[in-house]
Amino acid sequence: MFDAQPKSLPPSPGVGFKPQHYGDILVDPGAVTWLEVHAENYMGDGGRPIAQLRALADRFPISVHGVGLSIGGEDPLDRAHLARLRHLIDWLAPTSFSEHLAWSSHGGAFFNDLLPLPYTDATLASVADHINEVQDALGRRMLLENPSTYLDFDETSWLETEFFAQLVRRTDCGLLLDVNNVFVACTNRGEDPYSYIDAFPIEAVGEIHLGGHDAQQDEHGAPLLIDSHGTEVIDPVWALYAHTLRRTGPMATLIEWDNDVPDWPTLEAEATRAARVLAEGVA
Amino acid sequence: MNRFAPALLDPAAAVPAGLSDARGRSAKRRFDVYRNNVIVSLTEALETGFPVIEKLVGAEFFRAMAGVFVRSHPPVSPVLTMYGADLPAFLEQFEPVAHLPFLADVARLELALREAYHAADARPIAPDALTHPGLMEARIRLAPATRLVASPYPICAIWRANSEAGAPPARGGAETVLVTRPDWDPWPRPVSPDVARFIAALAAGQPFGAALAAAGDALDLSAVLTLLLDTKSITAIEVPT
Repeated sequence: MFDAQPKSLPPSPGVGFKPQHYGDILVDPGAVTWLEVHAENYMGDGGRPIAQLRALADRFPISVHGVGLSIGGEDPLDRAHLARLRHLIDWLAPTSFSEHLAWSSHGGAFFNDLLPLPYTDATLASVADHINEVQDALGRRMLLENPSTYLDFDETSWLETEFFAQLVRRTDCGLLLDVNNVFVACTNRGEDPYSYIDAFPIEAVGEIHLGGHDAQQDEHGAPLLIDSHGTEVIDPVWALYAHTLRRTGPMATLIEWDNDVPDWPTLEAEATRAARVLAEGVA
Repeated sequence: MNRFAPALLDPAAAVPAGLSDARGRSAKRRFDVYRNNVIVSLTEALETGFPVIEKLVGAEFFRAMAGVFVRSHPPVSPVLTMYGADLPAFLEQFEPVAHLPFLADVARLELALREAYHAADARPIAPDALTHPGLMEARIRLAPATRLVASPYPICAIWRANSEAGAPPARGGAETVLVTRPDWDPWPRPVSPDVARFIAALAAGQPFGAALAAAGDALDLSAVLTLLLDTKSITAIEVPT
């Protein structure tokens, strides 16, 4: 629909770029073959962040990952923000652009969190409209990421995997499958993450995310996992990742570590582990 | 979302109707995860943007104050690199910091430094461009990162004392601070009132000669031009044709 021959990320590990790793990455990226940045951190007019991103883009494929479009919101998309995004995509020409099935703005306020939405016929129509608007404004196909959720809406009438399949059908968007989010959301719902992966519209997947989470309990003593991106990926998520790769085949895989960011060798070791699973097919 | 959104910012609000865990039970702890994420992540954005304010009031007080600010002034844009532009005005009205009247201007300085950090890049002129015979009528274009912040308090001294190891304790009175960004790192320095008037006039687009007149006779012109050249702050000389 957009590119006859769409660019895609290499089927190998990448990491979320943190400025403190800039020098290390240029000296020795190790197993890391591509980088992801949060779009909203690169919307200034200039200065060091933009200069670093330009230099990195000369060396690595770049994935731009938005966290502020509020595609799952009830409000119309923020046109000024879409224009900022268009500007970034135009000068950077990244390999991939992705956003979330979530909302983060409502009534003029931005909440800086990926908030959940009910899955209904009405939200399906409005999310599909928003994805079409984004893809038209950017002139390219986007990937949409599955959320980590903590609670359910009584009005939900679609399974999340079905909701994604419908969005792909209506917008021709691609999907970003966050395996840690699957583990978190399924555990929080008391469901089987392997069944979720098996039901996911896998042919649309263009990128995988892996990250760490925290484990708590709710007031009923039920497990409540929190998508904190502040630790290593746990073994059960690596196992679920290996299962996912059997469905997707070799796939671009991002290690997300956004809080309590470790030193470069620790982060690179996670990418090396992803490379091993990609090569050997087992966690 | 009409019910969800306001409850995010109101810690006393009940969990909105229609939310539950997957078995239809209450979801208080679950909703609180979202509530906590919103306040904590926006508080962290303010901590990143106002490290000197945080140091001046203490981390614990800052977190509590940030909670009040976030709830009354949530961001209006997803671009958080400039979140907190309303904090100086908030600090002027926030009763618990009334005994620290310099706080708002220190916050204005931290905002100016942050704006300068993200400002557009610009190529400085060669120093000999200032020998142009039409200089008096020319307009001097300053680098986009250039900022002036004036205060009745010694805000640059306060900033340094709380940013640099070994910096002397802040003393003195009113200061006007010039922020420049020679390469990637913005830097504040206090300037005399005549230098501040000169630079402000240039920034407002007045011709060089008019800026000199605004500065007054005491201006050490060669010192101020050296300062502007050394900090790569002059990016063009526009001589009227």
